[in-house]
Amino acid sequence: MVDVPIQQGKVASALRSEFPGLGLRYAVLLAGRGRSPAGVKQRLRYMSNRFHGRQALSLRQEPVASAYRVFFRQIGLDPDETRTPVEAIVLERLRAGGFKSHGRIDDAITIGTIETGVAMRAIDADRIEGGLALRLAQPGERLGEGGQALELPDGTLVLADERRALGLIFGETAPEVEVSGKTERVAVCAIQVQGVPEISVEEAIWNCINALVADRKGGQALV
Amino acid sequence: MPETLDGEFAYEELLERVPSAAVPAVERLRTDVDQAAARRSLREQIAHLEREHAALFASAYPRKGFEWRVPSPGGPRLLDIGHLEVLRDELAARVEDTRRALREHADFEEGNRGRIEALIADPARFKWVRISNADIGEPGCKFWHSRPRWGLLGMLMGWWRVRISSGCP
Repeated sequence: MVDVPIQQGKVASALRSEFPGLGLRYAVLLAGRGRSPAGVKQRLRYMSNRFHGRQALSLRQEPVASAYRVFFRQIGLDPDETRTPVEAIVLERLRAGGFKSHGRIDDAITIGTIETGVAMRAIDADRIEGGLALRLAQPGERLGEGGQALELPDGTLVLADERRALGLIFGETAPEVEVSGKTERVAVCAIQVQGVPEISVEEAIWNCINALVADRKGGQALV
Repeated sequence: MPETLDGEFAYEELLERVPSAAVPAVERLRTDVDQAAARRSLREQIAHLEREHAALFASAYPRKGFEWRVPSPGGPRLLDIGHLEVLRDELAARVEDTRRALREHADFEEGNRGRIEALIADPARFKWVRISNADIGEPGCKFWHSRPRWGLLGMLMGWWRVRISSGCP
């Protein structure tokens, strides 16, 4: 059994009052990029066999997936254009004919997302300063560093650490904090919206953690 | 990067700060109206419409030719009342259009179901008519086809019958 504390990210009060139920949970653990162990690949195959077009068709009516679609609409995104995380993975499953392995971290995110419908993402934990939070972008704030940094319009919903914006709440991540070949510690984050039960969020993170430490003996998940 | 981000206090302050652009000018001027309640109400209406939209999507299958996209103001961001109203109206219009299109499809399909019955009852009246599953809103490749028995001879003799395909190859 792995013992990794699940931390609660802060949500800015402006967001809390506008979007009750919005939440952020994350866990930090040792996990580098690399191939997935056989057990994880087998689980992806099992999930592929379990998942068919019929489920994909009715997915948007399921409570958790529907909650994300609703939230996407409410924050100005068209979920038929900018897919919710679970729908994006399912669409890829239909295109590719199965949940293909893309490495340990991506696979863990896929498993956590598909099993629960909860929106998850991974970022390089060594690049984070302090705790994670959801807040509104500030005037002149940018996503990333250097000339290529994307300017964030005021009022954009961002995932941030104590110093800067790390990514849009859904979608784009600052290149500096993206998981790369050099990543040693990863923060797996789950974004909760109204209508998504607490238990699903925790289950998503645990699924993800278990997939990340699948081949470790003695359950060592160093934080 | 805002200048006030170097201390813990600054971080807490940042979380509480609402950028001025996120609060539309009209809202900044009018203090007598509970804008937050109006936004909340609009968001609830959008949620309701989105769920209807999703239900229509599921019931439309396997029919094709529907437009599902709804123009969105762009995000992810805190939408003001104006944007929420436009979005609500666009979504309502899309739901209504889809409902209407589905009703039209249903009428057309009902007509085709009637034609299949007539076709089976009297194939000679519907020479060469072919009705597929898609014409009655069902998935699969099955079709009903009025054809002459024994080819040319059947055609000359008026021996018509309905051939029902066994489905997809």
